[in-house]
Amino acid sequence: MADEKHTNPESGGVTKGTDPDLDRREFFVKLGLGSLSIAAAGTVAFAYQFLSPNVLFEPSPVVNAGKPESYPLDSVTLDVNSGLYIIHSKEGFFSLSAICTHLGCMTAWKADLGIIACPCHGSKFKQDGEKIQGPAPRPLPWKRVWLSDDGDLMVDRSTDIRPMQFVRV
Amino acid sequence: MAKSMARYFDGVRETRVWRSIFRSGTGSSTLHRALAIQQNVFLHLFSTKVRRRMLTFNATWYLGTLTFGTFLILVATGVLLMLYYHPSVPQAYADTKDLQFVVSSGLFLRNLHRWSAHAMVFLVFAHMFKVFYRGAYRAPREFNWVIGVILLLVTLLLSYTGYLLPWDQLAYWAITVGSNIASAVPVFGDKVHFLLLGGNAVNANALLRFYVLHCMILPLTAIFLIAIHFWRIRKDGGLYSHQSEPATLRAQAAPAKVAQ
Repeated sequence: MADEKHTNPESGGVTKGTDPDLDRREFFVKLGLGSLSIAAAGTVAFAYQFLSPNVLFEPSPVVNAGKPESYPLDSVTLDVNSGLYIIHSKEGFFSLSAICTHLGCMTAWKADLGIIACPCHGSKFKQDGEKIQGPAPRPLPWKRVWLSDDGDLMVDRSTDIRPMQFVRV
Repeated sequence: MAKSMARYFDGVRETRVWRSIFRSGTGSSTLHRALAIQQNVFLHLFSTKVRRRMLTFNATWYLGTLTFGTFLILVATGVLLMLYYHPSVPQAYADTKDLQFVVSSGLFLRNLHRWSAHAMVFLVFAHMFKVFYRGAYRAPREFNWVIGVILLLVTLLLSYTGYLLPWDQLAYWAITVGSNIASAVPVFGDKVHFLLLGGNAVNANALLRFYVLHCMILPLTAIFLIAIHFWRIRKDGGLYSHQSEPATLRAQAAPAKVAQ
C-alpha cells in the first residue's frame, strides 16, 4: 500500500525513493486519528464519570433497630423501610436482608408456615435465610449486628457476614 | 358548488404565497405529481411512484403505517401529559392521580397514551412477523430489517421507561425487578445497574433518568431511526413484492425452486 503511494506520479511529490511529502501526510493522518482516538476515549471516560453520581441521597446503610427488649424471643420482625429482618432466636439476635436474592423484591415473613417467602417469583427461605426453593440463586445474606453504646441494636446493611453469628444481649 | 370550491382551491394554488411555500407548481402531469412528492421535506423520503398493488391492504396490512400512527399519537398525548407531570418523588404519583381525576380530559389523554403504547408494541411485532414471513427482510433489504430490530428495542425501552413514571407500587417493583436483570450481565452488570438508576436503588435519580430517557433520548432516537427506515424503503427498491423482484433476486429468495 505504502509503496504504491510512493510510485504514484499524481501524488505531486518526488516519486523516487522515500517521499518526504507523503511521509509527512501519513504522519499527520496518524497524528489526527490518534488525537481523535484519545478524544473519543476521553469522551467515554467523561460520560461515565458524569453519569455516576458522586453524592447519593440514599438512606444510611447503618440502621438503628431500637432496643433488643422490643423483640420478643422467637420472633421475626420485618422493617420494610430498611429491608431487614430482626430475628430474636434462642441462640441470640441476628439480622437478615429481606431483599430477595433473585431480582430484588421485598420478601415477607409467613408466621403460620414459619418461612420467608417472596411475592414476586415464589422463592422460599428458612428463618435463618437458607434457601428452601428457587428461583432465588442464593440464601438471604446475614448482616452485621452489634449493640451501640446506648444499648440499641445496630445493623449494617452494607456488610454481609457468615451465617450463624449471633449477638447475645 | 363542488365545482366552485375546486375552482377556489385552484385559485389559492396560484397565489404568490402558496407558490412561495409549495414549489412543485400546479397541474396534474406526471412531472407535477412527482415533484409534489419529491419537493416535500416529509414526503421526499418516499418513492415518487408506487405500484398501485403495493398500496392495497393485502400487500402490507398497513402494519408499518399503523405502528407509525400509534407513535404519532404517543408523541402528541405524551407532550400534553408532560405539562402536568413532575418527575419527582413527592409529586409523580399525585400528578398521575390528578391527570386521572382533576385535569380536564386528563383521563382520556392518559388512557390514549397507555392504549397506544400497548397497540404500538403489538403492531411492531405484527409488522415484523408480516415482513419475516413474506421474506421481505432479504437482500437488498437486510439493513432495513436491522434498523427495524433496533426500533423494536427502542419501542420496548420506551415501554419499560414509561412504566416507572406513575410511581406506584407496580411501577416501583417492576423497575426494581427489571433493573436487577441488568445486574445479571457478567462483569459490568452492577455498573450498568448503577448507571441506569443513578444510585443503588429505585429512587429520585432513577425516576428522573427514566423520565429523560422516556421523553427525550428514546423518542429522538426513534424519530431518527424511523426516518432512515422510511428512506431505506425507497433506496432498497420500494415495498417488497415477490412478483416485482428481478429474476436474479427472486432466484436468491427461493433457493428451493432453483435446485429443481
